[in-house]
Amino acid sequence: MNAKQKDFLATITINVIVAAVVGILFFLLAYILISGLPHVSWSFLTGTTDSFSGAGGIGVQLFNSFYLLVLTMLISIPISLGAGIYLAEYAKDNWRTHLIRSAIEVLSSLPSVVVGLFGFLLFVVKFKIGFSVISGAIALTFFNLPLLTRNIEESLSAVPRNQREAGLSLGMSKWKTEIGIILPVALPGIVTGVVLSAGRVFGEAAALIYTAGQSAPVTNFADWNPMDAASPLNPLRPAETLAVHIWKVNTEGLANNAAQLSAAASAVLIIAVLLFNLGARVLGNYLYRRVTASK
Amino acid sequence: MEQTNSDLKPNDARTDDWTARLHRATRATREDWLGRGISYLCIGVIILVVASMLWFITSKGIATFTQNHVNLWKFISGTNWSPNQGQIGALPMIVGSFAVTFAAAIVATPFAVGTAIFMTEIAPNKGRKFLQPVIELLVGIPSVVYGFIGLAVVVPFMRHLVGGSGFGIISATFVLFVMVLPTITTMTVDSLRAVPRFYKEASLALGATRWQTVSRVILRAATPGILTAIIFGMARAFGEALAVQMVIGNAAIMPKNLISPAATLTSQLTTGIGDTIDGTLPSNALWSLALILLLMSLFFNALVRLIAKRGQLSHER
Repeated sequence: MNAKQKDFLATITINVIVAAVVGILFFLLAYILISGLPHVSWSFLTGTTDSFSGAGGIGVQLFNSFYLLVLTMLISIPISLGAGIYLAEYAKDNWRTHLIRSAIEVLSSLPSVVVGLFGFLLFVVKFKIGFSVISGAIALTFFNLPLLTRNIEESLSAVPRNQREAGLSLGMSKWKTEIGIILPVALPGIVTGVVLSAGRVFGEAAALIYTAGQSAPVTNFADWNPMDAASPLNPLRPAETLAVHIWKVNTEGLANNAAQLSAAASAVLIIAVLLFNLGARVLGNYLYRRVTASK
Repeated sequence: MEQTNSDLKPNDARTDDWTARLHRATRATREDWLGRGISYLCIGVIILVVASMLWFITSKGIATFTQNHVNLWKFISGTNWSPNQGQIGALPMIVGSFAVTFAAAIVATPFAVGTAIFMTEIAPNKGRKFLQPVIELLVGIPSVVYGFIGLAVVVPFMRHLVGGSGFGIISATFVLFVMVLPTITTMTVDSLRAVPRFYKEASLALGATRWQTVSRVILRAATPGILTAIIFGMARAFGEALAVQMVIGNAAIMPKNLISPAATLTSQLTTGIGDTIDGTLPSNALWSLALILLLMSLFFNALVRLIAKRGQLSHER
C-alpha cells in the first residue's frame, strides 16, 4: 500500500469516526426527546410527586432546581468575582500565587461526589443542619467556584493592558479601574461563563444527593415567607432537584412507569440545559455588541 | 530678610497641615485598601474551602486505620467487602474503578483524536460550524441523563447480546466512553491547533501526504497535549458517580468478567454513605474509599503538571 492509498484509507476512517460521534449525539437527543416529550404535559410540569413510589409530576423538583441554582449563583458569583479580580489584578507572580492557583485547580478536578460528601460531612453530620436547600447550595458553590473564578480571571486578563493604564493615569485606584473600566469590558465573557456554569449546576446531582437530600416535601406555593416550614423559599427544608429525581426514580423508584417518568424528566432537563447553552451564546454576543459598539 | 516670630508661626502650622494631608491616605488609596481587602477575602474563602476539604476527608479517611486499626495493606488488597461484618477489603471497588476508567479511555481516545483531526486538518470549516456545537452539547448533557440512557438502552442491549443481567463493567464503559469523549476531543483540538503552522507546511512541502503529515508531524508535536487530554478524560471517568452507579450493578465483589455486576469507588460511596452511622467502621471504611478518590484526583492533577513541564522542556530544546 503506498502513501496515497494510506492517506485515502485514513481519511475514510476519520470520516467514519466523525459520523459515529455525530450519530451518537443525535441518537442521544432523539431518544430522550422522542421517548420523553410525549409524556411532558402541563400537569406533569406542575404536579406533585407521590412520595412513596416517585410517580407523578415534577413541579416541586423543577422549582427546587431553579431555587438552588439562584441561591448557588448568589453565593458563588460574588466570591468568584473577588477571587478572579485578585488573580487578574493583585496576585504577584510568586510561589504564593502559584499555590493558590494549584489549590483552585485541585478543587476543580475533585469529583463532584467528593464535593457532595464533604458538604454532607460538614452540614449534615457536623453542623446538623440536615438535608436542606442551603446545604445543597453551598455544596454546589464549592463545585462551581473554581470554574467560575477561572472564567472571570480569564475574561478580566483578556482586556487590553492600555485600558488599565488609562484608568490608572486618571488617578483612579486599581480597584476603581477594575470595577469601573475592566469589568464592563470583560462582562460578555463573564456572563457567558456564568450562564454555562448555570447549566452545569442545573444538571448536577452527585453533589446534591447527600446535601439537598432526596425528598421533595410538598410545599405551599401560596406561602412566600422564607421562615415558614411549608414555604417553598424555606432554606432549611430538604429539596430534591430534577436531576436527583431522575436518579432516584431509576435506582429506587417503585413507580411502574419509571422509564416514561425519567424519560420525560430527562427531556425537561436536557431542554433546560440546551436553553442555558443557547442563552449563554445569545446573551454573550448581545452584551459584546453593546459594550464594544461593534457589529 | 527679617522674620518675626509672628510671621513664622502660621507658616509652620500651614506646613504641618500640608504634611498631614499628604500623609493621609487619599480616597483612591482607601478604595484600593477596600478592594484589596475584598478580593483577598474571596480568595481566602476558596483556600479555606480547599484546605478544609482536604483536611476533613483525609482525617475521616484515615480513621479506619487509626481508630479501627484496620491494616492498610489488608484494606487495599482484601477482596471481601462486608463492612457490617467487619470485613473491608476495597480491592473489588479499586479494580472496578480502574477497569472502567482505562476501558473508557482506550475506547474513547481513537474517536476523540479522529474527531479532532477532522476538525482541525480535514474540514476546519465544518468542524467549527457543526462539530464544535455537537461536542459542546455532549459536554452539557447532565450525567444522570447519561445514566438513564445507559439504563434504558445500553443495559438491555447488553442483556440481549451476551445474556446475564446486562449490568456490569462493559455497560459502564459504554456510558463513560460517551461522557469522556467530548472532554478528550476538545482538549485534543486545542493541542492540535497549537502546533505551529510551519511544521505542517514544511511537511507538505516535502511532498508528504496529509495523513503522513498528520501522523508523523502534527500528532507527534501535539503528543503532550493529547496525553493531558486523555488524563483529564480518565480523571472525569474515575470520579463519575451516578451514571456509573446506575449501570454497573453495584455488587461489591471482585469482577470476574466484564458483563457481571461490579462496583466502583464512587458507586459504593453513592449507595452506601446514607445508610451508615457516623463514626462506625462501615462509615469510616466508606470515607477511606473517598480518600482513595481524592488521592487519585490529586495524582491525575500531578500527572498533568508533569506532562506540561516535560512538554515545555522538549519545546525549548
